[in-house]
Amino acid sequence: MYDAVLAETISITGHGGDRIEAYSARPLTPGPIGSVVVIHHMPGYDAPTKEITRRFAAEGYAAVCPNLYSREAPGADPDDAAAAARAAGGVPDERLVGDVAGAAAYLRGLPSSNQKVGTIGYCSGGRQSFLAACSLDLEAAVDCYGAFVTGRPPEGFPLQIEPLAHLTPDLSCPLLGLFGAEDQHPSPADTAALEEELKKHGKEYEFHTYEGAGHAFFAVDRPSYRPQIAVEAWGRVLDFFGRNLAG
Amino acid sequence: MCTYLTEKFPLEGSGKGAQGYFSLSEAMVYIDHPQHAPYEHTVNIDFLNPAKGPSARVAVELTEEAALALIDAVRTALASAPPGLAAAGGTAGAPDPSAVPARD
Repeated sequence: MYDAVLAETISITGHGGDRIEAYSARPLTPGPIGSVVVIHHMPGYDAPTKEITRRFAAEGYAAVCPNLYSREAPGADPDDAAAAARAAGGVPDERLVGDVAGAAAYLRGLPSSNQKVGTIGYCSGGRQSFLAACSLDLEAAVDCYGAFVTGRPPEGFPLQIEPLAHLTPDLSCPLLGLFGAEDQHPSPADTAALEEELKKHGKEYEFHTYEGAGHAFFAVDRPSYRPQIAVEAWGRVLDFFGRNLAG
Repeated sequence: MCTYLTEKFPLEGSGKGAQGYFSLSEAMVYIDHPQHAPYEHTVNIDFLNPAKGPSARVAVELTEEAALALIDAVRTALASAPPGLAAAGGTAGAPDPSAVPARD
């Protein structure tokens, strides 16, 4: 089987017509194949996220991870870029949606594309994956432990972002949620509340909450990494994308 | 969790980053996921000069205990020095900087 993959930094058109940096990894096959937009976590557009992007290519998907901090810190180290974006007030929801839309348009424009695009996001990107799926026409979305999709912040907690549960009626595609039972943000109660919203609006979803895991169990370079659970959860992701994006 | 919360304030001073010393213009403090420290959350302090670009940054990621000890140490150090000695413009009770012997 021919299994060559091309991974490279590219430029795509993001929100507002801005040219933004992105990391692309795709199989060099004629297709047709599905596509994945990888939404990086708050600490940035970093090496482990690029590794995740390459994994999707190796699994047969064209994948693009937009650098959500391109505007604040073009060319900077990922950690410095994350700090610069934070100092500038973070990534506005509207801009995130525009950047994911740009990545999805780029992927659908590839000659190998079967026109099916999914998103996956981690941590803050989990929330953003849900946001994108409620704002854009997509074929699948994965939320990996995204906080504040549902759940009110504690009293006196001056949250600068909005919970998204009210957008549930607009969810355009099946949702896979992967969570840690020991995570407090989102807590099992928060994800149960999201599940209720999804049921109420007749949305297709699949949630897995893993015992023995907290936040960021996919993060291979952090103490929160749970190898066995990450292997199991990767299997869930590939099964989900296989059903919704392949072919 | 990603707290999304940031305490930011302007300041004067210098910091040493990857390219050597540079003047600082602001700092931010936030409790969130670290880049490097082996904890899920840390107290992160960035000393910045955005005008000099994103890499003009001195960063530390501290445990809560370390951050509180730092606060105490700064206060203790300041309390043991004449008031205003390290102030940007000096204070009413501060000695004349020109009267302080130069260190060599």
